[in-house]
Amino acid sequence: MSETVYGPVTDWATDFDHASPAYAADMHKIWDDLKNSGCPIAHTDRYGGTWLPLTHELVHEIAYDTAHFSSQGPVVGQLKPSELEDSVPAPIGGAPPISSDPPFHAEARRLLLPAFSPKVIDPWREEVITICNQLIDDMGDADHIDAALQYSQHIPVMVIARMLGLPVEDGDKFRGWVNLVLSGIGEERTEARMQQFMEFNEYLEFHVNDHIENPRDDLISFLLNAEIFGEKLSPRHVAGSVILLLIAGIDTTWSGIGSSLWHLATNSVDRRRLVENPDMIPAAVEEFLRAYAPVTMARLVKEDMEFHGVQMKKEDWVLLPFPAANRDDKQFANAHEVVIDREENRHAAFGLGIHRCLGSNLARLEMNVAVEVFLQRFPDFSVDANEIVTWSTGQVRGPRSLPFVVNARA
Amino acid sequence: MRVHVDPSKCQGHNRCYALAPELFDVDDYGNAFELNDGVVPAGLEDKARLALANCPEFAISIEE
Repeated sequence: MSETVYGPVTDWATDFDHASPAYAADMHKIWDDLKNSGCPIAHTDRYGGTWLPLTHELVHEIAYDTAHFSSQGPVVGQLKPSELEDSVPAPIGGAPPISSDPPFHAEARRLLLPAFSPKVIDPWREEVITICNQLIDDMGDADHIDAALQYSQHIPVMVIARMLGLPVEDGDKFRGWVNLVLSGIGEERTEARMQQFMEFNEYLEFHVNDHIENPRDDLISFLLNAEIFGEKLSPRHVAGSVILLLIAGIDTTWSGIGSSLWHLATNSVDRRRLVENPDMIPAAVEEFLRAYAPVTMARLVKEDMEFHGVQMKKEDWVLLPFPAANRDDKQFANAHEVVIDREENRHAAFGLGIHRCLGSNLARLEMNVAVEVFLQRFPDFSVDANEIVTWSTGQVRGPRSLPFVVNARA
Repeated sequence: MRVHVDPSKCQGHNRCYALAPELFDVDDYGNAFELNDGVVPAGLEDKARLALANCPEFAISIEE
């Protein structure tokens, strides 16, 4: 992992960089040190000015305050939306509804909600079980595996491609684009990267047009038939929503599954409890979501304003670090301890307020099944001491390589 | 005991429906509502409290 274009961080309170390798390596300590030094909101001039609130209370307040904070830029970039020539203005934004504000947001979200309700998602369970078992079958009888590269990264890609109606074998392409959008935020805007963005757009245009000509029973066709304010969605809105579902659905769940498996590889007591009591897995997954929440979202300040003693400027970025909110000891007892049978768990891993993760039911299903099948097939596994676990940088955090030794298989 | 979901606070996390499907249901948009006018049958009080303790939006209330 390399430094961002802004270079190494000099001071976490005034010059933080949430996409730096140092942040990815040590974020829990960074948050605690900042809070303990009386700094509940850190600032940086990087990315054109960015704020980082650290308490559950502040994250909750900003997530609810759509009057002052816009979702037009949910991922912090080196350029503000107003500096991008092809940006779609608020309240719609480039990838509705995640990039949308009220009142447009509710309409765009209402279109998608029925496709991700629990009663529509639950029937995918058997399919996810089959995918997980197939991935483990594909590992053969190897004792050394990579649970990120051979398992967790494939599960959400295969599921969302099937739901959308995109070729499942294009999984590598999707992951490349997701990486481009999410992990590359601090990298230079080179010709090669711009070329990749163009290829992503061309790919989507091709498949959206193909669905216009050959409608079928999948989410892209569903979106093409959907209406908003009495009119069909524009192909651009459809492509934007497909980008959203691909990006939001892949990296995040991959990270959630990977972090859960990493915890179980490094905590043999918890692993044994879940192997012996698989009915504890749903509660454990909630605790993994709390303790290792993968997603930090962003907002843009709408107008110059004072917020809890700091002066925010129009178009400043504001990060919503749900992972930090989930480790706030004012909200959670023993916030830094992973308690797999925690009874009270109002974690914010899927966000708070009107932008609650649309795919949370699908993500939960994938995480539960992925952990369940992995433990069934590999009741004993540990991190390979000769290899290195690597973690992503940026607004989605999870392990990108998980070298494991399989100690027992069933 | 009675439970109630405040529809203005519920954002469809579906925790209550997952933890206590005897007491809560969800509509096509994932919004939760209480079953049986919120009356909690004897023996399910702990499930009601568990649902309340796991709602990220603090949308559930209990009347004892």
